[in-house]
Amino acid sequence: MIKFHHVTKEYPPRGKALDDVSFHIRKGEFAFLTGHSGSGKTTTLRLIHMSERPTDGEVRVSGFSSVRTSDREVWKIRRRVGYVFQDFRLLPGRTAAENVAFALEVTGTPRSAITPKVQRLLGQVGLSAKYGAAVEELSGGERQRVAIARALANDPLVLLADEATGNLDDRATRGVFDLVRQINAMGMAVLMATHDLDLIRRHPEIRLLELAHGRLVYDSETAEPGVPPTDASPLSRQIRTGVTGVGAP
Amino acid sequence: MMRYSLREAVAALRRAPVLVGLSATMVAMALFVVGLFGVAAYNLRVALASVEARVEIVAYLRDDARTTEVVLGQQELSDIPEVEEVRLVTKEQALAAARVDLPEFGDVFSGLDENPLPASLEIRLRPGSRTQDVLEDVAHQAQLYPFVEDVRFGRDWVERLFLLRRIGGFTTAFLGVAFGLVAALIIATAIRIAVFARRDEISIMRLVGARNGLIRRPFLLEGAVTGLAGAVLALALTFLSHELVTAFLFDIEFLPASWIVAGVLSGALFGIVASAWAVRRYLREV
Ligand SMILES: Nc1ncnc2c1ncn2[C@@H]1O[C@H](COP(=O)(O)OP(=O)(O)OP(=O)(O)O)[C@@H](O)[C@H]1O
Ligand SMILES: [Mg+2]
Repeated sequence: MIKFHHVTKEYPPRGKALDDVSFHIRKGEFAFLTGHSGSGKTTTLRLIHMSERPTDGEVRVSGFSSVRTSDREVWKIRRRVGYVFQDFRLLPGRTAAENVAFALEVTGTPRSAITPKVQRLLGQVGLSAKYGAAVEELSGGERQRVAIARALANDPLVLLADEATGNLDDRATRGVFDLVRQINAMGMAVLMATHDLDLIRRHPEIRLLELAHGRLVYDSETAEPGVPPTDASPLSRQIRTGVTGVGAP
Repeated sequence: MMRYSLREAVAALRRAPVLVGLSATMVAMALFVVGLFGVAAYNLRVALASVEARVEIVAYLRDDARTTEVVLGQQELSDIPEVEEVRLVTKEQALAAARVDLPEFGDVFSGLDENPLPASLEIRLRPGSRTQDVLEDVAHQAQLYPFVEDVRFGRDWVERLFLLRRIGGFTTAFLGVAFGLVAALIIATAIRIAVFARRDEISIMRLVGARNGLIRRPFLLEGAVTGLAGAVLALALTFLSHELVTAFLFDIEFLPASWIVAGVLSGALFGIVASAWAVRRYLREV
């Protein structure tokens, strides 16, 4: 459903943010994307959202190719891709419901359908009680739930989470993570970029991808079973073996 | 969808009425200059058109010219495509006209035994053919008739007339474009500020997959309204100036309806184009 085919993304003159990356995420799959700061996680997600185009190679999302989809058509991809961030990116001065309604409204949902759908979405993320609450009155965890409700507004095929729990305490992190798993259980693919090694360690059943300096250095799916990750993929090694790799901080 | 754009444009006006009002006023000032020159150019045109209608060639006839030949020549000259009319003025008619036109010489004319004025053919060209080249060409043809003594036409002033009209037209066009660009720049700047004020909403719209047209439309609407308001205000100012000039200085004509409609519509159009240009850059980035 999401396919990276020898994708390179260059930001001249700084060099390659992604370097010859290939992977495939199937419908309904859940995957972690980890790597040190600057390794290319956000770049990967932005390429899926087609906020960026690859310098080389091809990104395919639900039948749309980065090579053939024009700027006029990217909205079609974006409605299939939910996206949440560490900093939530909610509109200030509006209520939880208004934030979710905004996404429905600007993507052409009929007026009469908006209110019931907002109610359903806020119910789904466990925030029915905060329907009319201003964003400023919500906790971090609650804000992220509103952001998730907004991301789900157009029934996407995949949810991209970029450090979505990065600003949350343990309890809120678990809450948001459980919510994301529930959503995944309903058939939506999830790609979660995170630094949170504990979180990854607690879920060995979830596929793990690791980037280092723009290269895909580990993919639990293609890794040989029984062979532990090496120094080439320091974070995966640390997660799976508990050993801090040589040269890793 | 249209409701969204309208609501957003109205909301923009509510959020920043000073910004919209100020930019509309500045646009009005720029277009006011265009309006004033438009009035001047239009009046110049009207004045020149009436002068131009008098452009003619006069072929003075020899006194021994034979009527049949003259009538034949008159016919031939009328057949030239650029010629509108060839009028024969007899010696008697010339004298009668002179008596009317120059009453202070009445005594001189009445005391004459013999009529000193020659008969003539007055050749009038069609509107649109009154150019230097055609004038010279027709004058040359008239000169070829043996019964023609002399041909006269206002060589110099005709040339100056055309030059004047060209300068007038060019000046108006140039100022129209220059101040039109100034107006467009003002609108574009105002729209940029409006876009900046809404950058959060815009980035969320792009995030969730709103179509570019929808993101753009409220700003185009705002630009159109600014341009339209500026143009109408400029029109009002121009009209006021016209009334003042007519009341205290001299009688001039106001712009014809077609110019007014074209001016106001191009104000709105400039607003849209300027806004499209202002948001274009923003729509390429997240
Ligand atoms: N718009 C950009 N212009 C120039 N360089 C960029 C741009 N976006 C990312 N980069 C560079 O690309 C590399 C990868 O960045 P990216 O944001 O994908 O890393 P990341 O893995 O998300 O890091 P973090 O964990 O800090 O969020 C970095 O070196 C970054 O400086
Ligand atoms: Mg990042």
